[in-house]
Amino acid sequence: MTLLSNTSALLGKELRTEFRSRELLTTTVVFVLIVIVLFSFTFDPTSEESRRFGSGLLWLAFLFAASLMLQPCFLREQSNDTLSAVRLSVGDPFAIFLAKLVANTLFLLATELLLLPLFAIMYNVPVLAVLPWLVLVFFLGSLGISVVGTALSAISAQARMRELLLPLLLLPLLTPILVASTEVTSSLFDRAPYVQWKGIGFLAVFDLVFLTALWLFGEYLLEE
Amino acid sequence: MTKNALGALMVVLLLGVAAYASFFIAPTDAKQGLIYRILFLHVASAWTGLTGFFICFIANLLYVWRRQPRWDWLGVSAAETGLVFTTVVLVTGPIWAHPVWGIWWTWDARLTSTFVLWLLYVAYLLLRTLIEEPDRRALLSALFGIFAFVDVPLVFGSIRWWRTQHPQPIIMGEPGSGLDPLMYKVLFFTWFAMLGLLILLLRQRYQLEAMRGDLDMIQRDLETA
Repeated sequence: MTLLSNTSALLGKELRTEFRSRELLTTTVVFVLIVIVLFSFTFDPTSEESRRFGSGLLWLAFLFAASLMLQPCFLREQSNDTLSAVRLSVGDPFAIFLAKLVANTLFLLATELLLLPLFAIMYNVPVLAVLPWLVLVFFLGSLGISVVGTALSAISAQARMRELLLPLLLLPLLTPILVASTEVTSSLFDRAPYVQWKGIGFLAVFDLVFLTALWLFGEYLLEE
Repeated sequence: MTKNALGALMVVLLLGVAAYASFFIAPTDAKQGLIYRILFLHVASAWTGLTGFFICFIANLLYVWRRQPRWDWLGVSAAETGLVFTTVVLVTGPIWAHPVWGIWWTWDARLTSTFVLWLLYVAYLLLRTLIEEPDRRALLSALFGIFAFVDVPLVFGSIRWWRTQHPQPIIMGEPGSGLDPLMYKVLFFTWFAMLGLLILLLRQRYQLEAMRGDLDMIQRDLETA
């Protein structure tokens, strides 16, 4: 069970680093807030229209926010070459990925849950009745974004133009997440809300497929 | 050199026969008339493009496993040629769709997934231009290529389930759909000719990439010497 203890130690490090500065969370929250406000100018945000477009708006905002939030994931290890130290102290490099992707999922989920009430108020979409289901979709979607995003940020951190490159690699790969999460969320925003199990299952499959891919190929991403 | 020229001649011949067959041998479609004949170019290009991406995926896996530069060379060559064929698909599609469906584009499963597929491999090629060191470029792009290929069925599945408002595919669609047997023959022959073109392009591109690799090595040796 060294994988678990290593992961939890590294996760503690990720969370400590973030909560000492809170840079990542604050900037991401403000970014999503700006997107939510700006989106209201692109269509007439009545309750009826918001039910139709709201879910897509939310997920697009989350996706863009994630592509910015995931940038420093491996980049901030570079300045003091801390990644080498971490790699030397951990037997299985998958633990590094696991810790980072759990941290990213938590940050993303925190951002989403923080802004959900604001979205509900500003766009007149009642969410309280379907909250548990929304949390489930947010979790599965954010996990998928984080799994793929953590892997790709390890790639983009080693390239030039990395700030532009990460969204470019990440966003087309996340098409399935965007489609499925938007569909499930939009059926929850419906006047007669219902749970789309097919979509939830699809998100779970996506997460599992890419977790497996990361488990198989992750170590090569960190080769010196 | 002569080998390449001979290969090129063969492919030109095959493509000529395929073009003749798709214009004059295949029967005219009862409903769509002449315009349907673009199907032979369109569908054969789609299959050939997918073959290219599949070769790229295998080459990526082999590179991660064996770490021989030749798999990297094959990977980039296959991605580029696959992209060329997929571009043909994306251009011929709207040309057909406009007279038949009345619109240039619709966000249906096949169109959208093809477009996302195209974007993924554009990203793959772009990634390669942004990493200097050859071994690192080879490894990281191979890994991205693997992720991209794994994503393709998921993209297709998600769009097919939730974002399609379109008539079912004619080939490999519902029972009752399908082509005239002679049309099938012409289609498979065109695909065969296109595969010849793919191999030809792949060979040329691979040789170019190998020469680039050698040149790079020589330059590095000179710099260190």
